[in-house]
Amino acid sequence: MTVSALFQEAYTGLKSLVIGLGITGKAFCQPGVTVIYPKEEVDNLSTFRGHVELIGKDEDPAVPRCVACGACVKACPSNCLTILCPVPAKEGEEAGPVVMGPAPQKGSKTPGAVIVDFSLCSLCGQCAKACPVDSLQFSDNPYMVRLDRREFQIDLLARLRRQAEQD
Amino acid sequence: MTPDLLSFDHPLTRLVVGLLCVFAFVGLNGLVLVWVERKVAGFVQLRPGPLHVGPYGLLQPIVDAVKLIGKQLAMPEGADRYLYWAAPLLAFAPVTVCFLPLPFGPDLAPMRLNIGLVLILAFSGLGVLSLILAGWGSNNKWGLLGAARAVAQSVAYEVPLLLSVMAVALTAGSLDLYQITAQQGGWPWQWYGVKNPLAFFIFLVCAVAETNRAPFDLPEAESELTAGFHTEYSGMGFGLFFLAEYANMIVVSGVAAALFLGGWQGPFLPGIMWFLVKVYAILLLMIWMRWTFPRVRFDQLLNLSWKWLTPLALIDLVLVVIVAGFGG
Repeated sequence: MTVSALFQEAYTGLKSLVIGLGITGKAFCQPGVTVIYPKEEVDNLSTFRGHVELIGKDEDPAVPRCVACGACVKACPSNCLTILCPVPAKEGEEAGPVVMGPAPQKGSKTPGAVIVDFSLCSLCGQCAKACPVDSLQFSDNPYMVRLDRREFQIDLLARLRRQAEQD
Repeated sequence: MTPDLLSFDHPLTRLVVGLLCVFAFVGLNGLVLVWVERKVAGFVQLRPGPLHVGPYGLLQPIVDAVKLIGKQLAMPEGADRYLYWAAPLLAFAPVTVCFLPLPFGPDLAPMRLNIGLVLILAFSGLGVLSLILAGWGSNNKWGLLGAARAVAQSVAYEVPLLLSVMAVALTAGSLDLYQITAQQGGWPWQWYGVKNPLAFFIFLVCAVAETNRAPFDLPEAESELTAGFHTEYSGMGFGLFFLAEYANMIVVSGVAAALFLGGWQGPFLPGIMWFLVKVYAILLLMIWMRWTFPRVRFDQLLNLSWKWLTPLALIDLVLVVIVAGFGG
C-alpha cells in the first residue's frame, strides 16, 4: 500500500466517524419514539396485533363463519388453538350425551367451542392465513393484562356472542 | 495534634482537606455522569432513558448506588482473597490522587505542584495495575483475558499520550498545570488545543483508550468477555470500579481542559464555572462517542496506536521543538 493510499484510507475513515457522530447527534435532538404506556397510549391501534378473534357471518354476527375444519389448529406453530366439535354417534349405537372431540369431526360444520391460549400465542397469524373461510382476524386489543395466566384461555365463541350483542 | 497541623497552611492538613473535597466531588459527579450517560444513550436511541425515579429520573443513580451498596460481597471459589479485594481499592485510590494538582479555578486547586502533570501521568498509569490484579485474582478466564488486553492497551496508548502532553509542556515550558493554564487565554485562539490541534486530537483518542471507554473498551468488552476484568465483581466491588472509571474520565477531561482548552480562563463567568463547562463538554463528547462508534478489533486498536498515533505524536513533538527553538 502506498503512503498516499494509506492517508486516503485514514481520511475516509475519519470522515465516516464524523458522519456517524452527526447521525447520533441528530437523533439526540429528535423527540423519542417510545410511548410511556400507562401515561399515554398509541393512536394507531389498528397497526397492532391483539389475540385472534372469530368473524361472524354477515347474516348473523353471533354465529362464526367457521366450518370447524381444523386448518387453523394444524397451522398453529405453538399449539394454542383448540376447536371442539360434537363427536357423531357410531352407527347402531344409541345417541347418548354429547361427547366433544377435536375438529374436524364428520358431519359437524359448526364449532362447539373455540379456545385460544394467549399465553402460548406468538401472534404470527398463520391461523388466520390458513383459514379457508376467513373466519379469524387479529383483535384490536393489544393492551391485555391479567393476574392469572389461566385467564389467557380465551373462549372465542363467547367473545363473538358478546360482540354481537354490543353492536 | 500540634496547633500547626490545624492551620490550613500545613501541607498535611491541606492534603486531607483536599482529598475529602475530591471524594465529595468524585461521588457527586459520578452520580451526575451516570445519569447523563443513560440519558444521552436514551436520546441517541430515540427512547426516554431513566424517567420514573424522581423528576426526569434524576434520582435513578442514587437508587442504583444504594442497590450496589446493599448487595452482598461475593468472591468466587479459588480466587486470591487479598488480590481480589485489593483490586477495586487500588482502582479507585490512585484516581483521587490525580485530582490533587488539577487547577479548578485561578485560586482553587487542592494542591499546587510544580510537577503536577508528572504526578497525574504516573498515578493514572497505576490504574492498569488494578485491572491486572482484578483479572488475575478473580480466577476467571474472562477476567484474565480482559486483564491481558488492558496491559497491551495501556502500554500502547500511554506512549502517544505522553508525547502529546510533552508537546504542550514544551510549548508552555512548565509541568505545572496551573502555569500551563495561565499561559493560555480566555479566547479559543489563545488555547493550545487550537494552536496545536494534532496534539489535542491525539490526546483525546488516547484519553478514551486510557479510560477504557468505547470504542476502545476491550478490557471489559461485554459482547466478547461478559465484563472482562470485573466479571466476578458484584456489589460495591463493582461499584468502585464503576466509580473509578467515571473518576478517570473526569481526570482526563480536566487535564484536557487545562492543557488544551485554557482551563479556568474565559470571559464573564467565574473561573470554576468555565473549568466545569469545559470538562463537561469533553465528557459529553466521550459519552457521545461511546453511543456512536462500534468497538474496534484488538489488532485495529494496537495498529492505530503504534502505526498512527505514536509517529504522529513524534512528528508533532519535533515540530513543536523546532517552533519553540526558533521562537526562543
